[in-house]
Amino acid sequence: MTRIRFQQSLDELKEQLLVMAGLAEQAIQRAIEAYRVRDLSICDLVSRSELAINRLERDIDQAALDLLAMEQPMAIDLRFILSVIKINADLERVGDSAKAISDRVRNMEQMAIVDLPVDIPRMASLAADMVRKSLQSFIEGDAELARSVLAMDDAVDAMNRGAYKSLTEVMEQQGHLAPQALNALMICRALERVADHATNISEDVIFWVQGTDVRHHKSVTGGRDPHALA
Amino acid sequence: MGVGIEVTNLNAWYGTNHTLQDINLNIPANHATALIGPSGCGKSTFVRCLNRMHETNPIARVTGTVRIGDLDIYNDCKPVEIRRRVGMVFQRPNPFPTMSIYDNVAAGLKLNGYSNHHVLDEIVERSLKNSALWDEVKDDLKKKSGASLSGGQQQRLCIARALAVDPEVLLMDEPASALDPVSTSKIEDLIFQLKSQYTIVIVTHNMQQAARVAEKTGFFLNGRMVEFDSTHKIFTNPSDKRTEDYITGRFG
Repeated sequence: MTRIRFQQSLDELKEQLLVMAGLAEQAIQRAIEAYRVRDLSICDLVSRSELAINRLERDIDQAALDLLAMEQPMAIDLRFILSVIKINADLERVGDSAKAISDRVRNMEQMAIVDLPVDIPRMASLAADMVRKSLQSFIEGDAELARSVLAMDDAVDAMNRGAYKSLTEVMEQQGHLAPQALNALMICRALERVADHATNISEDVIFWVQGTDVRHHKSVTGGRDPHALA
Repeated sequence: MGVGIEVTNLNAWYGTNHTLQDINLNIPANHATALIGPSGCGKSTFVRCLNRMHETNPIARVTGTVRIGDLDIYNDCKPVEIRRRVGMVFQRPNPFPTMSIYDNVAAGLKLNGYSNHHVLDEIVERSLKNSALWDEVKDDLKKKSGASLSGGQQQRLCIARALAVDPEVLLMDEPASALDPVSTSKIEDLIFQLKSQYTIVIVTHNMQQAARVAEKTGFFLNGRMVEFDSTHKIFTNPSDKRTEDYITGRFG
């Protein structure tokens, strides 16, 4: 094998992204836990991890840029580096979403805990599962696992639409619950964004592994990708 | 204008060494086609079969069919006729060192019987313009020798010499591998311009160069054509694992 140093650099880039992935996944799990138990100390942890995620995002982009400039990668290596750059951005936004959720939890601190017609723990579990599987597909280079994540996004979208409908009804009909309903709505929105980022990561894994662009359910050839979801 | 090249069951030998095996390929007219592959894979032998240079080696042999346009070059004509229709540029610029710039370009024409000075002047000027060298040498055409030019200028002079006989196909065997980045860039720009008028086949070890100048790329390995496809496909998502391993530097 030639280009040993280049291969080592690609391995190092992957390891850096896995560290980033670990932080982002942990941040979203912590934010969900902070909501569940209403614990502000966990919110502090989310804020701190966001700083680390932002720093790592810059480091990974720089490392990827260096490889593009210095090594002129081709084919699967080129696709890998492009995917890393895009996944890196999605992970940073997962961190942002975690921060957004923890901000809502802080906002709810002085509010009474009320029973709202929305199952945030279930939605959170599904979004976190999508993140976990999308990252697992990246670790293993498993395009089929990545495709299974795409199928999960519709369920999260449907839950978000349902939450919007039921929570706006609460706001209209029970005005005194509007602050809690608004916070819950924003948390649902953040979770829906997390699921979207997991979808993006999965699409990037498929592009890296198979060279197929399945974004918007289309292949790069312009025709419908036979593997894409209906 | 350029013409297409149709290669059918091409095999070539050096002595007992079977250097090209069952090559089948259609090279489109008025496009640049790049040939890549590790050293010794047969890509230079292949281009030398396209103008019957391979057979100039006494121990070399060729079978199969090569059609350039409507001409079956191994059956319908003599090698000298082919070389008028198929120009070639080599790795190292090889101007005639004692001849002036003008005579270097006119040499092929004179060999083909051209003697009218007005016609020669016109073709030399057009060829030097087409090779993007005219502005740099127009004041010294008959004063300076070809050898007095820089390496990049010498290579463009050789391209002008090849263009002067009005070929349909231009073969380039690593034309920029001995040049600095600025000269390389000029040659690449030139290839980009020339392909509208000529069919260009370029052998290169520089894969970025292939990606920059060619619409089609063929990957040779061990005397066989492993993959031939659009350059975009070859360099972003090749079909054959061997192609991918080569262009990503995992061997070669």
